[in-house]
Amino acid sequence: MTKILIALQIILSPLISAAQTDMDGIMMGKKRFCVGPMYSYSSWKDYWEGSLKRDNQNLGAVSTQMAGLMGNYGITSKLNILFSVPHVKTKATAGTLKGMKGMQDLNLFVKWMPVETEMLGGIFSLYGIGGLSLPLTNYVADFLPLSIGLRSRTASARLMADYQTGSFFVTASATYVLRDNIKIDRTAYYTTELHLTNEVSMPDGANFNFRTGIRNERLIAEAVVNNWNTLGGFDITRNNMPFPSNKMNATTIGANFKYVILPVRNEVSLVWGANTTVAGRNMGKSNTFYGSVFYVLDFNRKSKSSNQPSKTN
Amino acid sequence: MKKIFFFTGLLIALFAMLFVGCNKDIAGRTDSAPALSTVKTDLNAGTWKPILLTGPAEFALAPPIATNTPEYIAQINEIKSWQADLTSEEKAIVKYWSAGAILRWNEILRELVAKHNLPPYQNADGTYPLPSASNPLAYPLFPFSNPPYAARAYAYVSAAQYDALVAAWHYKKLYNRAAPYKVDATINVLVPQSDLPSYPSEDGVVAGTAVEMLKLLFPGDQDFVQQKAEEHKRARILSGANVRSDIEAGEALGKLVAQKFVTRARGDRAGAAAGNLAAWNKLEVDCLARGETPWISQELPKRPPMLLAYGKVKAFLFDSLTAVSLRPGPPPLVGSQQMKDETEEIYQLSKNSTRERIRIVHFWADGVATYTPPGHWNAIAAEDFITKNFSEVRWARNMALLNMSLMDAAIVCWDTKYTYYNARPSQLNSAIKTITGLPNFPSYISGHSTFSGAAAAILGHIIPERAAQYNAMADEASISRMYGAIHFKSDCVAGLIVGKSIGRYAIERAKTDGAE
Repeated sequence: MTKILIALQIILSPLISAAQTDMDGIMMGKKRFCVGPMYSYSSWKDYWEGSLKRDNQNLGAVSTQMAGLMGNYGITSKLNILFSVPHVKTKATAGTLKGMKGMQDLNLFVKWMPVETEMLGGIFSLYGIGGLSLPLTNYVADFLPLSIGLRSRTASARLMADYQTGSFFVTASATYVLRDNIKIDRTAYYTTELHLTNEVSMPDGANFNFRTGIRNERLIAEAVVNNWNTLGGFDITRNNMPFPSNKMNATTIGANFKYVILPVRNEVSLVWGANTTVAGRNMGKSNTFYGSVFYVLDFNRKSKSSNQPSKTN
Repeated sequence: MKKIFFFTGLLIALFAMLFVGCNKDIAGRTDSAPALSTVKTDLNAGTWKPILLTGPAEFALAPPIATNTPEYIAQINEIKSWQADLTSEEKAIVKYWSAGAILRWNEILRELVAKHNLPPYQNADGTYPLPSASNPLAYPLFPFSNPPYAARAYAYVSAAQYDALVAAWHYKKLYNRAAPYKVDATINVLVPQSDLPSYPSEDGVVAGTAVEMLKLLFPGDQDFVQQKAEEHKRARILSGANVRSDIEAGEALGKLVAQKFVTRARGDRAGAAAGNLAAWNKLEVDCLARGETPWISQELPKRPPMLLAYGKVKAFLFDSLTAVSLRPGPPPLVGSQQMKDETEEIYQLSKNSTRERIRIVHFWADGVATYTPPGHWNAIAAEDFITKNFSEVRWARNMALLNMSLMDAAIVCWDTKYTYYNARPSQLNSAIKTITGLPNFPSYISGHSTFSGAAAAILGHIIPERAAQYNAMADEASISRMYGAIHFKSDCVAGLIVGKSIGRYAIERAKTDGAE
């Protein structure tokens, strides 16, 4: 059948939003375009101020809603292009601070599968994924925790391995994220020293993702562990506000599901899932829920079968 | 396969376009400020009117040793041996400090203010701990350098440095000891040469004054302060600008003058400014007795209003009766149509904020963990003064005028706030959400407006060609508090007017202090 994709997840909303299709071991077939709307809701009440877990009665629960469009196009069955454009809205239930909203970052990925081979009765594949994210608007980065994002241009490189035997699969990936400096609205800021500039150096980041479960033509059910670390940055000092160049680490665990409602040529599927933050530093202890509907547009000639398995799904 | 190569190539190209030339090291605006090259040495500044000193010779300074003595020659040789093998770090230190002693110590003070501008976290019982000057390293760290605290710190350091430099200039002219590079032409001088006598060293004076004042104001940061002072003194010897005895004499003089300011600070009533629970309750009761709606803390747990007795602090530019006379009339009554209209105005600004207005709010917010609005005006002033090549004594005089205005603005503003004790917009209408942190003290009059009005007035006098820009900045800083939905228009309008009247006291002083 088709090789759809898409398990979307907001790993660190509102700080990093990513359609996780770029982190799964599924490729779209040639000239097939999978597209659909997504929605996620994330909120936290407790957060880590440095390594100290605390709440804040002047914020209450901080929530982030994200609605966007995601897509994945198969240039070939081994080379896909993915994108997402999210609109983000934040809110605090207590205190006086006003939430923010707006278009966040365009995320683009090129996903390449150079190796796909039989191994130990299953299929082993290797992927190289390059990503870019570019702010779509001049949104406010320096209003954490209510900013809709960090407005840093980023470029990422990921190595990913996937192994599937029968319906069982495991996928693991490691990513390095380069983050460009950002500009903020004020002319000076204090990190661990005073900076007389409006430009902020952002620490790079590293992400590790592990997922396993079952995957077949109609259903994906997987457990996911994700670990994000900035490589540098500073801790929020006692009772201070967060800052874009803070050290920000988070480990989440969650589950994703995909169900193909209409397993036809122009397939329709549902994706949903949830995760929770189990460990972190200078981040909210968030719970996130998300869902989306995807539709596959097949640009192959009708005479060609859409059912061209280069891989199990 | 071709496509694969094409797209991989495209991706690499995109990466390269994004990040080639993207240098993560960010220079601060004053990192490479030019070396201070004074057009005018202000050789007669010893006659300028000091602030606290009874006269420039109140503290005696022994004459320098003669330049032909073995001891002086040894000090010349100290410079030469340092210079024989300068490391790149030493060159960087010389370059950094050559931009000006007043500039760099002002930046260091701003850094300390930003570091300490954090409200304490509550106790388990919902009360708040007070920082303690006698135990500054225990949580909550001392001080909480909020805007009034910061304004006072900037004022004391600047005023003490000015008085100490007036004394220094008096002795410079009196003893007329030439700079080491004039005594020995073989010294490789790394800073602009000057005809100013070098004893006592103005850099030693500024560093000595700062160290002494900061023991009082930031007692937990002595390691940082001492390290900066050592570096500063070393930079002057490395550069060939001073011999050790120039610096030591300056440092000693600076400390003596500073001690006079420390004594004043200990008795200026700032120590009682935090108030107590009884005083807090009384403000509320008195306001109710007037038939008005008292200010209520919108923090959870309710935090005591910031420095409720700061209005009683002793001002620099006028006496306490004058301070009270500068207090404006009351804000519109809460029940009045005007107050309803002003609340609605802020509700609309909050609801319909634009990106440009948010930029203005955040540009001027100078809230938690920043060097505060007085620090922002110090930054504005310093960056303009850099272009003027003022002598150190004129730098100090101008900074003192600015910072005395800012401290006195804080005094009159805080006196007004606690006289009327009126509510913030979001207290009168809970649908008003703020675009910046809500300050935990009464609304009328706006601190940002008062600070900015005062700063714009005195800076416009010091640099007349920039007066219109300073006024425009003050207007923007003032209205930013309405855009941020934390102040009414009345707060901002009255604040600017009061600030400008305070600035006029500084201008009057400036006209008669002998420097113009």
